[in-house]
Formats: sequence, C-alpha cells, structure tokens
Amino acid sequence: MNVTVRYFAAFREAVGVESETLPSKATTAGELFSECRGRHAALQDYHASMVAINDEMSQWESTIKDGDEVLFFPPVAGG
Amino acid sequence: MNYFRVTVGPVDLATFRKTMQDVSCGAYVQFDGWVRDHNEGQKVLRLEYEVYEPLAVKEGERILAEAVEQFGVSKAAAIHRSGLMELSDIAVVVGVSSPHRDEAFEACRYIIDQVKVRLPIWKKEHYANGHAEWVNCQRCAQHK
Repeated sequence: MNVTVRYFAAFREAVGVESETLPSKATTAGELFSECRGRHAALQDYHASMVAINDEMSQWESTIKDGDEVLFFPPVAGG
Repeated sequence: MNYFRVTVGPVDLATFRKTMQDVSCGAYVQFDGWVRDHNEGQKVLRLEYEVYEPLAVKEGERILAEAVEQFGVSKAAAIHRSGLMELSDIAVVVGVSSPHRDEAFEACRYIIDQVKVRLPIWKKEHYANGHAEWVNCQRCAQHK
C-alpha cells in the first residue's frame, strides 16, 4: 500500500522534506514511523511525539490503510 | 459561542474581551501568554510559532467544549498566534465568562494547560548567541 507522510517542525528539519508518499508494509502508525526512521536516520524516537491520521488525532497503535495521510508531530510547545 | 482561532497578526484584546461579554455572567477570567526574554538560562530575542491550523482549531475547540462541560462556565474562547513574534507580544489569550468566579478561574487554567500539551503547535526560540532551537515542551509543561 501507499501512504503519505507529513513531517512538522523539528521532524521536517531533521528529514529535509515536508511530505513524501511511500510504499509501506506497516499496519500501525508506530510501525510506519519506524519505517520512516529507517529511511531518515536523523528522525528521533517518537517518545512524547504525537500522530494524526487524515486530520484526526490518533494513537501510535492506530491502524493505517492505503491512501492515508499520516502526520508526525514532534513534542508540541504551544502557549 | 465558544471559538478557538489562530492568527498571524497581533491579538486585539479589546475586541476579544467584548466577544466574551454576557449579561448572565458576573465573572470574566482572562489569561495572556507573553513572549519572554529568557528560557532555560538562554537569552531569547524573538520566537516563531508553527501551527498546523486545521487540527489546532479542531482540538482547541474540543478543549473549550470540555472546559464548558466540566466546569459549567457560560463561554470559553482562545486565540493563538502563528509566525514570528517579538518580546512581550501576546502569544496566546484565553477567556472564560461565567456566572461566578470559581469555575471561571478553574476553566481558564484547564484550557491553557491543555493547549500547551495537546495542540499541534511548535515554538522556535531565537537566542542572543545566534542559535535557534525548537523548544521541547515536556519540560516547560512543568513550569506553571
């Protein structure tokens, strides 16, 4: 299946791209993140980071499917 | 009507306050977050916020609805800045109107605490030594 990944803030700067569409064997958002770490060594561990799938806040255990847009959020710092 | 907004320009506090007025309310609590000139021992010159607006607004409105529901206040709203900001600029404003003050204080506190840990917003600080860094808010969430 193919999914689109979007990186934000520190993740985007570490990876050097804003988004990429890639083939994936991952079944969860967390597995997809691990695949992306394999592609981009600079990507840090997702501890304390958050994930959204198709503009809904999700969990790392959430299932992903073909065509999903998965957003990786590094630790947030609003306010 | 509760609302959460993201804005690139300055926050107009007088207008914000007016939107919170309600004749059934005897209390209004407002929290302003300002851009501070230091963090973790570093001198800060300015900062920039990156906001993923579609989800920040959606999740922000969810937080406001939770506050209204949990504390029984009448109205809750917030505005968060995006982009480059100078020292003492208003980064965020939260307002809560309520018949009485206790629940207004509590709801306002709840909203700002949740905004800091749940919304897809990132802060990059520009320091006097020429460096710039994304702030990791696991630590700053502990500074209340």
